[in-house]
Amino acid sequence: MSLYLRPSELQEALAALAAAPVRVAAGCTDLFPATERAALPGPVLDITGIAGLGGISETPEGLRIGAITTWAEIARAALPGGFDMLRQAAREVGAWQIQNAGTIGGNLCNASPAADGVPPLLALGAQVELASTAGTRRLAVAEFLQGPRRTALNPGELLLAVHVPKAAGAGASRFLKLGARKSLVISIVMVAVRLVARDGRTAEVALSVGACGPVASRLPAVEAALTGLPLADLARAIRAGDVANALSPIDDIRADARYRQGAAVEVLRRAVADCAGALA
Amino acid sequence: MKDTVGISLTLNGTPVLLEAAPGRRLSEALRGDLGLTGTKVGCDAGDCGACTVLIDGQPVCACLTPAIRAEGRAVVTVEGLAARTADLQAAFLRHGAAQCGICTPGMLTSAAALLEVNPAPTRADVEVALGGVLCRCTGYAKIISAVLDAAGQGGRPDPVDMLGAGQAVGARIERLDGAPKVDGRESFAADHMPAGALWVRALRAPHFAACFTLGDVGAWAAAKGVQVFTAADIPGRNLFGVIPDCADQPGLADGRVRMRGEAVAAIAGEPAVIEALELDDFPVTWQEEPALLETAAARAAGAPLLHPGREGNILIGGLVHTGDPEAGFAGAVHIAEGQAETAFVEHAYIEPEAGVAWMEGDVLVIRACTQAPVMDRDDMAWLMGLPQDRVRVIPSAIGGGFGSKLDLSLQPLIGLVAFKTGRPARMVYSRRESMASTTKRHPAKMVARAGVDDEGRLLAMEFDGDFDTGAYASWGPTVAVRVPVHASGPYRIPNYHAEARAVHTNGPPSGAFRGFGVPQAGILQETLFDDLALMAGIDRLEFRRRNALRDGDRSVCGQQMQGVGIGPCLDALQDPWVRALEAAEAFNADHQGVKRGVGVASCWYGCGNTGMPNPSTMRLGITPEGRLRLHQGATDLGQGSNTVIPQICADALGVPLSEFTFIGPDTALTPDAGKTSASRQTVVSGNAAYLAGKALRAKLLALSNMGETARIGFEPGAVIVTDGAERRRIDLAGQPVDPHGYALAVEESYDPPTEALDENGQGRPYAVYGYGAHLAEVEVDLALGTVRVIRLTAAHDLGRVINPMLAEGQIEGGVAQGLGLALMEEFIPGRTENLHDYLIPTAGDMPEIVPILIETPDPEGPYGAKGLGEHALIPTAPAILNAIRHASGAKITRLPALPHRVLAAIREAQG
Repeated sequence: MSLYLRPSELQEALAALAAAPVRVAAGCTDLFPATERAALPGPVLDITGIAGLGGISETPEGLRIGAITTWAEIARAALPGGFDMLRQAAREVGAWQIQNAGTIGGNLCNASPAADGVPPLLALGAQVELASTAGTRRLAVAEFLQGPRRTALNPGELLLAVHVPKAAGAGASRFLKLGARKSLVISIVMVAVRLVARDGRTAEVALSVGACGPVASRLPAVEAALTGLPLADLARAIRAGDVANALSPIDDIRADARYRQGAAVEVLRRAVADCAGALA
Repeated sequence: MKDTVGISLTLNGTPVLLEAAPGRRLSEALRGDLGLTGTKVGCDAGDCGACTVLIDGQPVCACLTPAIRAEGRAVVTVEGLAARTADLQAAFLRHGAAQCGICTPGMLTSAAALLEVNPAPTRADVEVALGGVLCRCTGYAKIISAVLDAAGQGGRPDPVDMLGAGQAVGARIERLDGAPKVDGRESFAADHMPAGALWVRALRAPHFAACFTLGDVGAWAAAKGVQVFTAADIPGRNLFGVIPDCADQPGLADGRVRMRGEAVAAIAGEPAVIEALELDDFPVTWQEEPALLETAAARAAGAPLLHPGREGNILIGGLVHTGDPEAGFAGAVHIAEGQAETAFVEHAYIEPEAGVAWMEGDVLVIRACTQAPVMDRDDMAWLMGLPQDRVRVIPSAIGGGFGSKLDLSLQPLIGLVAFKTGRPARMVYSRRESMASTTKRHPAKMVARAGVDDEGRLLAMEFDGDFDTGAYASWGPTVAVRVPVHASGPYRIPNYHAEARAVHTNGPPSGAFRGFGVPQAGILQETLFDDLALMAGIDRLEFRRRNALRDGDRSVCGQQMQGVGIGPCLDALQDPWVRALEAAEAFNADHQGVKRGVGVASCWYGCGNTGMPNPSTMRLGITPEGRLRLHQGATDLGQGSNTVIPQICADALGVPLSEFTFIGPDTALTPDAGKTSASRQTVVSGNAAYLAGKALRAKLLALSNMGETARIGFEPGAVIVTDGAERRRIDLAGQPVDPHGYALAVEESYDPPTEALDENGQGRPYAVYGYGAHLAEVEVDLALGTVRVIRLTAAHDLGRVINPMLAEGQIEGGVAQGLGLALMEEFIPGRTENLHDYLIPTAGDMPEIVPILIETPDPEGPYGAKGLGEHALIPTAPAILNAIRHASGAKITRLPALPHRVLAAIREAQG
């Protein structure tokens, strides 16, 4: 086969994936930095020519975001309040140039512990749609991401789309990223928060934290503790211990683990307060 | 198998068929295959944005874009932009938004994309839109102003009219070399790709310390279809170094490496072969050795020596001693002690090293990015075993240097290949290679104490610092000597003892970086002086004013100071200081979780070499046709010497700038103007240009027998000298021409009058000093330890401002580097060799910068001028640290002040 395949049909792509190991290329914002070569080392399967893989569309169950949808497209999409955090994250991925190229599917498949897109997708309860010549399957994002640079993708499988249930669009949401500079920065800590309120109290709470463990994670204990509380009380009801139990940060060049633990609590409180304020 | 395809695109409005591999970086295809080198490559990783092009109007990094994605699309590069957005380019020139020019194409394309979708952007919009393009020169201030101006949303500077004779000095003129920087024509080192050139790559050490043996290199080379050159091929002395007496770095390592990234072999071949070459199986066997990565370990008894004869791994120590420090401390009412630790700092110019070497007859020609063409020539002559006149160095346009491009980098590799093969040899460093192998700012571990009397007058100070100079000498000696001279700051200290040592480790060589160690020393000295002011209960600015050097005072080196401008700089900050303190107090009364603080710090900096000769020579000639030419050998890294030196020369000669043609720099065409470092070009080369202008004027007046008030003009084949009704004509056509082809010419040198330092560091180390003081206003998040610099007011004494716009640009860029030093920059060898782990400020990180230009003339400088380049960054970091402390109580002793370090310091202060 050619060293560089750019099919227009999904079946052709899946056949190529089934035939031999290939490097799947979408936005290339992670692939090119991984090489110093003048060209992507092959064989490459470029999926950006496949019409069905792009764009955001409504489905009977919710919203489908095609794998090659760029962050710029997500940032400017008209979506319900529950997606604000995803659109905010989209504006914090790298900078304008990167947002115009980088894709939601690539962000997931690259599986960086500091992937900006992951905390909002976790808080949206998103699933990924995976396809191979054998068929398709759905997997929760939390199950899809297995560790740094590790996913549940089987050989021959391609990530087609992200699906978000309709209910997740409800409420308000907020994404906050903490880094050592303004643009083009890898997070020290980031959080995504989605709240649904009823009569001044939380009816649904979805929280996630990124860059504080091998993969971003939801905070079920904190979510449970906040559910049903008055909106005004939320931020101070976040117990540092509950947050710490959900995270396993490391020391690295950007911050030490102890700082990340504390910062995660603080940033979470701010995002929750901000989000609750929007609902009040 | 054919691996290229035909890709049809519209390029800058014209249909083009590109033949390229589908997965080839679009940046490579544009530059190499289509010859549009206006698109620059700074990192190949989407971290710097220099390669930004527009695809269907949207900005993307061409380095991250497979060429096939251009199929059927409209691609616009800076070359195509020029025709469509002339207002934007003009605004960049009008504001001085392009300094070195390497980021300019990316800035322009990004700005054009913004204005397309948002014709009336706010400042915040511009910051976001430019957030993906790094600039290391400008601090972004003038770039943002230019974009706002082009959009009709910001101020527009008054146009500078055509200048008459004698009007150049002090004028806010656009840079004379600006136009090619904004239309994509500027030719940086990597932009020159001569046909038939061999491309060169280096095999580099993966270990900090190791011995190695080479296997069957010949067989490997034959199998790969390349040629390999090693230490055994170097015809001359296999050592180089910027300080000849300390030259200790091999062009190619010979059996032993002392640092990661050290070059072991130069591999040359046809471009396609070199591009595809894998080096994994290169026949080399490594025996890794224990590495010394800290100065303490390197100085420990029994530590292996990196270089025989440098006991304790100490390359050199510097000392300044005056008065009786013990007695001074004994009489002190308050004594403060402190310590500080700084990191390796990377220069992070956006242009990685690049160059081409070729043979012209028996002369080896090297065209590369450099700050020091004559030093390069001399070192290359040593390495190649050639007389100096058989090496010619032609500096390319240079995409930022800040000190690192004073040292040789790839010149020995391309020079060797060209010399050995007779073919042109081209090399471009990858970002990783550049960061791993070139020089850094010295990490410093410093302690100091200082004491004052009951009125807060400084009585005594002691300073001691270990400066990690890495594997090779580079500028370590300069740092070790400069630091003790400057560690007093611009203050009167009668009893003083300061020592600094350059200590070898297996880190990257620490060399010159804007300030030669003085910024590190300033961090400790200026934070220590805040301690003293607080202990003495004196306003921190007043403390500095009270102790500031004045004309006639003696420096710690015993030099009687003249033209001292620190007092006026501090005076200029008085009103902003009071306003800032009041504003912070008002803010803090209303806010709990975030607090504002204000800090101040001073600087001084001696221009030129320390107590050593430091000459510069300029040639000025008039051709038989009546053309005036200035041979100007000073390299312009973006700082503006291509403009400032002509401004000085024009007024000295008394003719308009528009009469000049400029030659050079080129070691075959320009006399030695010395290196561009130590803030010396305006003062030293400026003086040479001044003398040359005056000398030619005197010659013309003598030939025409006219008086000093006469005006000089040019006509084809003649010089016309007029004074009132008098008009004399000097015919050039019949005159004999000199070896340079001139009918009339002068060559003038200037060497600043200095005296070597004695064993106590006493003497006259510099002829001219510049001064400055910065006032930082910051906001600290007490729960997260994050710091936002809100405003930075920078007062600098330039003696005489030759070009206010360029001076402001130097200040704004220096502030940006100082802010990075304070808050985010930490180079960790082997770990942060890219621009996403190594952070420099982006557009949105910069505060409002308020430059204040002070003119306290220097008796020695041309028109009273002093240097500025390095001064601009020295006070920034300590001013920010002092402001952080004022806001939060946090005393930062280890830089950079990353959020986790600031938070820990806040907690410590809270007890």
